[in-house]
Amino acid sequence: MMPYVATAFFAAPLPLAFINWHSFFFFLFAAVACGFAVAVVAADNVVRMAFYLVLSLGATAGLFFLAGAEFVGAMQLMIYVGGTLVLLVFGVMLTAQAPFVSIKGNGRDRVVAGVVGIVLLAVLLQAALSVTSWRQPAAGIVAEPAATPIGMALVGVRVDEPGVGAPARNVRPGYVLPFEIVSIHLLVVLVGAAYLARAKRRKTPRAIEVAASVEPPASVAEHAAIGRDRSRGASVLSGGR
Amino acid sequence: MLLGLSFAVPLFGLLTEPVSVAHYLVVGAILFVSGIVCMAIKRNALGVLMGIELVLNGANVNFVAFASPYLQGTGSRSLGLDGQVIAVFVILLAAAEAAVALAITLNFYNNHATVDVDRADDLKG
Repeated sequence: MMPYVATAFFAAPLPLAFINWHSFFFFLFAAVACGFAVAVVAADNVVRMAFYLVLSLGATAGLFFLAGAEFVGAMQLMIYVGGTLVLLVFGVMLTAQAPFVSIKGNGRDRVVAGVVGIVLLAVLLQAALSVTSWRQPAAGIVAEPAATPIGMALVGVRVDEPGVGAPARNVRPGYVLPFEIVSIHLLVVLVGAAYLARAKRRKTPRAIEVAASVEPPASVAEHAAIGRDRSRGASVLSGGR
Repeated sequence: MLLGLSFAVPLFGLLTEPVSVAHYLVVGAILFVSGIVCMAIKRNALGVLMGIELVLNGANVNFVAFASPYLQGTGSRSLGLDGQVIAVFVILLAAAEAAVALAITLNFYNNHATVDVDRADDLKG
């Protein structure tokens, strides 16, 4: 009974047996990634933009898995989606006052940016599709997925190209030096970010406190204008005028 | 029969063929252009940051595609581990860049009571 049902199912008008499931999931993830990337551009609300960006970057991690870069995909999910976007969402929460949740640009800038974007996209697509060796169908899965080669390469041992029988100078080195540079860079950046964002003790009240202490404005535009004037008066550069 | 079906339904023809590097390059191009346009038209500083993330991600898609041994046709050689390691480093540097840019944005917000990048004109002559 079951084989008969399965045969009838696969011989149905849409022959599922012929579908390349690797391609199917590629197009699924690609549609989600590109669609939500365009939605990030189209949305005006910054909270929605952050949410669309989470979906777009998560779908890109799926594309990395499909390309055989499991370690990169996992890092994308952990660092990008788990770390960077949480940071961005914190930034959105800390600055999401009503007038700033959706700041609309002017229409002429949007038209110019759209034209430039379409032209740039046309150039990039032409470049991507013009090389025939990039359009050859894929060989398919050729190796067992493993994080060992990239992990060992980061500590300086290449297990993917061991260089057996080759002279010592032909053995390709690992990535210890970039790894160290990046680690020092991350340390410096974190110290710098903590220094920049720390709560300062000031003699003059902060502009945000001045803006909050005035009467509630009648309109959003008026609110923005008040914030602008007060901030001008309180900033260091214009203090001497 | 399969050939006829492929011609009849172009979308289904796409689903039966294996993907190639060019497919990934198209996705990377769309992400990149979205990021560029996002950086150009957003006036919220955090929106500009999100555009930068999209641009870096589009570049990463290209690196991973060229590094992938699955996507190469017969006879051509992939970047191998180099591309994957570059992609990991790009992700790490994007995290660092987001931390610093967010700190700058919060500082700007404290000093100017807004996150509108068009208001950041104190240095204008």
